[in-house]
Amino acid sequence: MFKVMKKLTSLVAVVAVVFAFTTEVMAAKKSKTLKNTQKKGFVRCGVSQGLPGFSNADASGNWTGVDVDVCRAVAAATLGDANKVKFTPLSAKERFTALTSGEIDILSRNTTWTLSRDADIGLTFVGVNFYDGQGFMVRKSSGITSVDQFKNGISACTNIGTTTELNMRDFFNSRGISYEPVAFEKADEVVAAYDSGRCDTYTTDKSGLAAQRTKMSNPDEHIVLPETISKEPLGPVVRQGDSVWEDIVRWSLNVMIEAEEYGITSANADSMKNSENPAIKRLVGAEGELGAAFGLDNDWSLRIIKQVGNYGESYKRNIADTGILPDRGPNQLWTKGGILYVPPAR
Amino acid sequence: MNATVRKLIPQLITILVVVLVFGFFTINAQTNMDNRGIEFGYGFLSQEASFDVQFSLIEYDGSHSYARAYLVGLLNTLLVAFIGIIISTILGVIIGIARLSPNYLIERSAAFYVEFFRNIPLLLQIFFWYFAALRALPLPQDAEAIMGVFFLTIKGLFVPRFVWENLDVFFYSILAVIISIVVIKNYARRLQENEGKQLPVLYISLGLFIILPLLTFLIGGVSLGFEIPVIKQLSTTSFVYEGGLGIPPELIALTLALALYTATFIAECVRAGIQGISKGQKEAAASIGLTPNQVLKLVIMPQALRIIIPPTTNQYLNLTKNSSLAAAIAYPDLVLVFAGTALMQTGRAIEIVSITMLTYLSISLSISVLMNWYNKRIAITEK
Amino acid sequence: MNKLNFLKPDKENLHTYLYIGSSLFFISILDVFLGAFFQINITSFLPEFLSFIFPLIIGLIGLHLIRIEFTGIKNLDTVNKNINTNTFNAVLTLLIIFVIIKSLPPLMSWFIIDANIAGDTKEACTGTGACWTYIKIWMRRFVYGMYPNDYQWRINISFILLIALAFVGYIPSEKLKKFLTLYYVVIYPIIAFILIYYLISGGAFGLEWVETGAWGGLSLTFIVSFFCLIFCFPVGMFLALGRRSQLPTLRYISIGFIEFWRGVPLITVLFMSSVMFPMFLPEDFFMDKLVRVIIAISLFEAAYVAEVIRGGLQALPKGQYEAAKSLGMGYWKMHIFVILPQALKLVIPGIANTFLALVKDTPLIFVVGLLEIVGMLNLAKTNPKWLGFAMEGYVFAAIIFWIICYAMSKYSYNLELKYKTER
Repeated sequence: MFKVMKKLTSLVAVVAVVFAFTTEVMAAKKSKTLKNTQKKGFVRCGVSQGLPGFSNADASGNWTGVDVDVCRAVAAATLGDANKVKFTPLSAKERFTALTSGEIDILSRNTTWTLSRDADIGLTFVGVNFYDGQGFMVRKSSGITSVDQFKNGISACTNIGTTTELNMRDFFNSRGISYEPVAFEKADEVVAAYDSGRCDTYTTDKSGLAAQRTKMSNPDEHIVLPETISKEPLGPVVRQGDSVWEDIVRWSLNVMIEAEEYGITSANADSMKNSENPAIKRLVGAEGELGAAFGLDNDWSLRIIKQVGNYGESYKRNIADTGILPDRGPNQLWTKGGILYVPPAR
Repeated sequence: MNATVRKLIPQLITILVVVLVFGFFTINAQTNMDNRGIEFGYGFLSQEASFDVQFSLIEYDGSHSYARAYLVGLLNTLLVAFIGIIISTILGVIIGIARLSPNYLIERSAAFYVEFFRNIPLLLQIFFWYFAALRALPLPQDAEAIMGVFFLTIKGLFVPRFVWENLDVFFYSILAVIISIVVIKNYARRLQENEGKQLPVLYISLGLFIILPLLTFLIGGVSLGFEIPVIKQLSTTSFVYEGGLGIPPELIALTLALALYTATFIAECVRAGIQGISKGQKEAAASIGLTPNQVLKLVIMPQALRIIIPPTTNQYLNLTKNSSLAAAIAYPDLVLVFAGTALMQTGRAIEIVSITMLTYLSISLSISVLMNWYNKRIAITEK
Repeated sequence: MNKLNFLKPDKENLHTYLYIGSSLFFISILDVFLGAFFQINITSFLPEFLSFIFPLIIGLIGLHLIRIEFTGIKNLDTVNKNINTNTFNAVLTLLIIFVIIKSLPPLMSWFIIDANIAGDTKEACTGTGACWTYIKIWMRRFVYGMYPNDYQWRINISFILLIALAFVGYIPSEKLKKFLTLYYVVIYPIIAFILIYYLISGGAFGLEWVETGAWGGLSLTFIVSFFCLIFCFPVGMFLALGRRSQLPTLRYISIGFIEFWRGVPLITVLFMSSVMFPMFLPEDFFMDKLVRVIIAISLFEAAYVAEVIRGGLQALPKGQYEAAKSLGMGYWKMHIFVILPQALKLVIPGIANTFLALVKDTPLIFVVGLLEIVGMLNLAKTNPKWLGFAMEGYVFAAIIFWIICYAMSKYSYNLELKYKTER
């Protein structure tokens, strides 16, 4: 009897240890990045070096923009406070290596989602927070009103190492126009070259054109041509290999969009807890256990909506009200004629 | 412990340390790349580049491979280096000799030049020339023609282009002239050694140099035309010059800054070289009745060249390495095209940076080897 | 009166020639002076081309007339020997004087007369000259970078302390002099490191942490130059010793290392440190960008310093080595007490030159995103409120660098003179 008891106890002990170990290992499998972030106390976010509307720092060092808001949403979800973000301004050259090397955890820098970037360099795009396209900017006084009026020998300024450089080539080649590409590394230098007359046209994402126009010496002198020559879906990027962190970032963005779909704003989020609609209740954390899937508490989505706002509020605050792009274009909910359609949070 | 063991141990320790360090780095790199799913390999070089380059000496557009883009960048770097070396040498020699002039004003002006351009960082000079000076140039429509055919505008310097017919005949004639000059020089030297007679080699060479190519024009069917740049309107406010050769302002700014900067160092080398010749040489030469010009040409310069050439070659190397600063302005040299655009488009940092560094390393090492050979050769003839 | 031959001035009618010659010379200078400063053209009655080269011709004639050898008047002889030896020299002299006079008014008007320094905004710059207001407003950023205004006293204190401690070498008594080398090579760097780590970077003792990305401007230039210097010096010394070592492994490794770092441009080294190097570190280990850059530049400069020190080591006569060995000194004792002190004294100018090159190379770090003064300039010149002042910024930075580098080169020149006489 005693022997049996001993055997049973040891068996139970072994099973318990194995069980604890497995769960510990499985728990450990939950995002290393999340653990590190919670340990550090802030989210490390890579942004641009100053693009009004997307990520721009004012004189006191406060960052604002739609890209900034994505990182703040993640901070609100994981750390409880949307202000616990450290922003690292990155040039186009170092943006991907900063992410792969671990200097930052989220790259929210109006980066275009392409196949080669997704598959080839160890990164994962987790969504689109701005649907854009590439366009051209010219001076009003040049009299050009459409890209069909471009002639041979035109000089075009752009950034090196971007999709715009490749698209520009495809565009001019398809029309058989010979052009002179003048490509700088920093956006400010590109703008200065175009402004001084070195180049006849400036090409980048249309949102970038609108934003950079505010930095020129005489913004009213320039117009953005109506044609869009490529698709530029801009979105946040994370490292490959940490799928839980991917999900956190992806769904933080999706929550913002879905909140607008259901009319939840930062002002009325709390009152929405009493709503009839179960979808709304799930979004504000009054129902369901969605947070547990990521290892977060259940108020994660409520915090995002309250502290950062829904997608529409973020867009309005950063891009529409500042006069950059008052018209939301494709960046409108699918129910209102745009193409923002995200999977449901349930 | 006997001596052999004592000598062996530090070496073994060093080798061990080096191997460990390299191994550590390699393992880390391997793990990191595996985690991210990145592959290491140079196969990307044959992929299509998909980006165009503003200025290229060889035929290139986006449909060529990354390897060809690398070649374009390399050639652009060598072009800047070549032009920069020529200009800085001429300028440096003039200023170096000016620094030794007894004329107080000339000497002080040369000294001012050297002190001024030497103490300002090269990057700042490049920025100044490109962003401040060249951006102040007029737009093509407002530019005035220099000598009727040169146009200096914000979009570049437009010069007439040579249009050759039967260029190869002309080329062979130049080759023939060079060979014949070498032959005549040898003959003149032997003549002087054997019989003491002097041939006016300079005039003969000049004559050959002028007459033979002219002959090819007359009877060889070679003709030279000029394609003058003509302004073309692209839109109401933007114009460009067509025809002719357009030299991008980036190239001008880079070459100018590099040449002015390196000329100061070459001037100092030249000055040190000429000052390093002992006074006795000049006095002895004067005492056998040579004129000051002959003294300079026959006695001072050959000896001074021995002192001048090694550090000057070093400066040439520095100029080539400094041309990598083109990455700061938009001149498509090796660093900007390959370690800039290609790196950003493919994301293969390790491969690309290693190739770039190896390229510069080979250039430096080959010039070092050349210089060592030259040093050894002239060293034998010295006492 | 003797015949005045204007083509061949001679000693007889000395005073005539002298008066006519010098007055012609002064007329030519006056013409250019009036033209440049007051826009008065006293030869406007001549056709344009003639009036342009009029001062040159008159000046030439004047100088030709006073070109009398051995007059006996000391000043005239000095002038003649210096600037008036033959026609070619006279032409050059005149051209240089004209260029100086012609360039003075536009320079003065741009720098001082038409420039603005008062005011706070772009509108205050009304003149056509330089807008020094722009420099004045941005001065804080140029010197401190993006370092928060409230904490800039920390940088000030650190630098004052560092400079004060650097001059300790002049004070102590004979007894403490032998610890001087130890002080400079070991203690001073450690103090500097502690100051930088705790005072400037902060994060402890109640001081707010300022990340290295915010450091910038002139203070960053100094920090980078200083740290690269104190790190590259010992490494360079070891490399130089290694290159001259008898042990083949050490020698080849040192040669390989030196030739590698000397053969590549600094910009590729910086790219390597910012883009390639992070891949070589373990996954969780993250090194600050500034630290990586300082290490990269130190290794780069160490190769150059190694070559300079090697030159010094080679210049020592073999007798020193043999004498030291005959006293029974081992390798290290010989080098520390006999060889290195002499060799280092020889190469001080070379090391000063390398340090000068280092300071001039620091602007390159802006390509990896660290904004020292040139980077700050680029940032400032594209600020929408202050567009169009690129020239002022570059001139300002050029002046600052010029002062620093010129002072250092003069100092190293003096050092060279001082130590030359001792040998």
